[in-house]
Amino acid sequence: MLDYATLRVIWWALLGTLLIGFAIMDGFDFGVAGLLKILGRDNEERLVLLEGIEPTWEGNQVWFILAGGATFAAWPMLYAVSFSGMYLAIALVLLAFILRPVGFNFRGKIHDPRWASLWDWILTGSGFVVMLIAGVAFGNLFLGVPFQFDGDLRMSWHGGFFELLHPFALLCGLVSLSMLLAHGASWAALKADQLIAARAVRIARWMTLIYAVLYVLAGVWVAYGLPGYAIGGPIVTDGASNPLYKQVAVGGSWFASYMQYPWFWSAPLLALVSAVGVQALIGRRSVAGFIASSLMVGSTIASAGFALFPFLLPSSLDPRSSLTVWDASSSHGTLQLMLIVTAVLLPIVMLYTSWVYRVMRGRVTLEQVRKAHGGY
Amino acid sequence: MIIDTDVVTLSRLQFALTALYHFLFVPLTLGLVWMLAIMESVYVMTGREVWKRMVQFWGVLFGINFAMGVATGVTMEFQFGMNWAYYSHYVGDVFGAPLAIEGMMAFFLEATLVGVFFMGWDRISRIKHLLVTWFLALGTSLSALWILIANAWMQHPVGAEFNPQTMRMEVTSFSEVLFNPVAQDKFVHTVSAGYVMGAMFVLSISAWYLLRGRNVDFAKRSMTVAASFGLAAALSVVVLGDASGYTVSLNQKMKMASIEAMWHTEPAPASFTLFGIPDVQQRTTHFAVKIPWVMGLIGTHSTDETIPGIAELVDTAKGRIGNGIQAYDAMLMLRHDKDNAQAKATLAAHDQDLGYALLLKKYVDDPRQATPADIQQAADSTIPNVPVLFWAFRIMVGCGFYFIALFAFSFWKASTRQLDSQRWYLRLALWSLPLPWLAIELGWIVAEYGRQPWAIEGVLPTALGVSSVSAGQVLTSLGGFVFFYTALAIVDVTLMRKFIRKGPDGLGIWPSNDPSTAAGH
Repeated sequence: MLDYATLRVIWWALLGTLLIGFAIMDGFDFGVAGLLKILGRDNEERLVLLEGIEPTWEGNQVWFILAGGATFAAWPMLYAVSFSGMYLAIALVLLAFILRPVGFNFRGKIHDPRWASLWDWILTGSGFVVMLIAGVAFGNLFLGVPFQFDGDLRMSWHGGFFELLHPFALLCGLVSLSMLLAHGASWAALKADQLIAARAVRIARWMTLIYAVLYVLAGVWVAYGLPGYAIGGPIVTDGASNPLYKQVAVGGSWFASYMQYPWFWSAPLLALVSAVGVQALIGRRSVAGFIASSLMVGSTIASAGFALFPFLLPSSLDPRSSLTVWDASSSHGTLQLMLIVTAVLLPIVMLYTSWVYRVMRGRVTLEQVRKAHGGY
Repeated sequence: MIIDTDVVTLSRLQFALTALYHFLFVPLTLGLVWMLAIMESVYVMTGREVWKRMVQFWGVLFGINFAMGVATGVTMEFQFGMNWAYYSHYVGDVFGAPLAIEGMMAFFLEATLVGVFFMGWDRISRIKHLLVTWFLALGTSLSALWILIANAWMQHPVGAEFNPQTMRMEVTSFSEVLFNPVAQDKFVHTVSAGYVMGAMFVLSISAWYLLRGRNVDFAKRSMTVAASFGLAAALSVVVLGDASGYTVSLNQKMKMASIEAMWHTEPAPASFTLFGIPDVQQRTTHFAVKIPWVMGLIGTHSTDETIPGIAELVDTAKGRIGNGIQAYDAMLMLRHDKDNAQAKATLAAHDQDLGYALLLKKYVDDPRQATPADIQQAADSTIPNVPVLFWAFRIMVGCGFYFIALFAFSFWKASTRQLDSQRWYLRLALWSLPLPWLAIELGWIVAEYGRQPWAIEGVLPTALGVSSVSAGQVLTSLGGFVFFYTALAIVDVTLMRKFIRKGPDGLGIWPSNDPSTAAGH
């Protein structure tokens, strides 16, 4: 049996893995949805784009559901505090996740341009909402959010929706938006009719450039403009999950963990190298460009997680209440069991997912769409 | 702190609304997908094209419904964190695991394969496509299994204990959580109910085609599948419903007594009240029509065990509140002095009753300061809404027996090849369409409304489980749900009607009067 501290670190890494899985897998179809009206200039072109994601978006979305479920199981306090605290922001994300499945399914069920256009706007809008809010939420982690626990560990949150819209958080929202639009465009370059793919290449180049600039800017802001959080006093890594047992010092640097573990630098480095990779490879309209943008997405999220380590959700109101890897997890037994379950099931999921992608491979052409579009 | 009762009421309303709405779609998915798997198996075995076309036609309706199920299911997963944050903290260690496993084992499977099911017909071999359909069906039922394991733990929280250091329930035995007897009965009962709904859906719509003289051969075959599948499912729903009743009587005595409006303990074996008007004020049931022995047999599977009545259970609750207060006191001591041996012993002796002390939080900040009047009030609050449970249960069971009769009759008609010989039968089949929805929604009302005042039976009162959000926030999201869910319901019904009216003939899936199909069966 692994010890408690090790399991906590593993589950921190798994949480990151699931979020990255979500951002890579579901991120591209959010990106494509966001670009629907820009890349697709008429109904047929939009059908090409939609059919490029239709066979697989549903499975991709499960990465998000699973990230939520796994957080509930492994980091119940993180799940409880973030979902209830950012109530209205989460409600907006939820709305996007409600409208997407029906959008994909219902859009083609009534043949009327106004009907199709309505759902195009809904799909585009839900893409933007999720991409933006995901970034804004991440930005707020670096700022700290206003919550505290009482002795019963009942959380109270002192702030509303608009407090989440700090300029730094908005910057992170734009990082996320440009990054995932680039990622979506790189999928379109791989999957859509050559006519649309050519447009997607241009968009991917621009978005990657914007992303790289904003990402560096956000990094500089974190380094010089934001106080970091650190656990004060002795760090107990295998104690009971009760945030109130520790002290937290505010005022250091979020880069402290990078100083402590220099290999963390590989993440931001890889993010920027991948951005260059996208520029270099996207013109081939092959899987290479998509791999580059996937690496860019994954390493960006990893770089943020590394900076926050060991914090999961810092509290600006009562720093002691901050959730960290060492005091917000499930019990030893639950982490252990869930690890075994994940180690068995996740590879199986990846196996049949890759089979589905292989079955549904190939570019969707305008000609195909004109002839007949699938029974969906 | 005293909980904001508006937040509690609104959060409960929102949860009930979104859960009942979600469950308009889930059971149909559960049932329809197995019918698709059966039809496609026949196609692969016989090679007859009509069976493939049946899969495709019913598949269109399945697809519309599946999308609604997915869309409204996300809400359920989010809502625990959004509206029930303290619940999520308090039991996440136990309750989160089955939800996460459901995602990995089941939802991933169905969501990943559903695209291939619809769009893969020409890309993979027949056998592979059939496997996809079977795994899709397996995925939906596995999904139900894990969700019901989680739900069963709310009814019967086994394999966990309270940890005063972390202020929450933590797992002591996963196998107990997994093999919770309530979970097994609930699973079979619930998925069978879904199978009944799927069968009824196919039966009723096919009957409509026969009434119109359209798609005759197509509809008859569909009805035959529905009749046999439906009969098996309806029998299983009632038999397992009985098993469910038996486990309820073991674990949730108050729920059982309320369903029966059994105000006082009767000598064994208790009689079953077939009809009556429960009077909450007087704690009696007027005009009761009783059948001797039946209740005792259902509830205890014996003739000599008694089933406790509501009044006696309230007395028991009072005692448990007293013990709970001692546990609460010990818990507070341990918070400041975690090695206090005496407090540890007290908590260990009474931690089963800690939840009962938490019932008092509705009336006093500190349960240790509770007056006898508070305790009485808290004990009385353990009685759920008797008339609602009494009637919901009876209507549900009535529907269950009706389904057995209807499907048995349909099965006979299908076996003797006279499905379209009597119009009254076809009309009956058509107009029975809403009944599975009625029965299933009432079933959830019995199960969950009957669990009140608990979120986790005996462990965590519902009112304590809420988030520290404002009533305005919940009202905003509730308003959003009402608006969008209503809009989606209208779209869903419109699309369903459109595709049903078009039918296999109108959609060009199968010609209505193809002589090659009319010839053979």
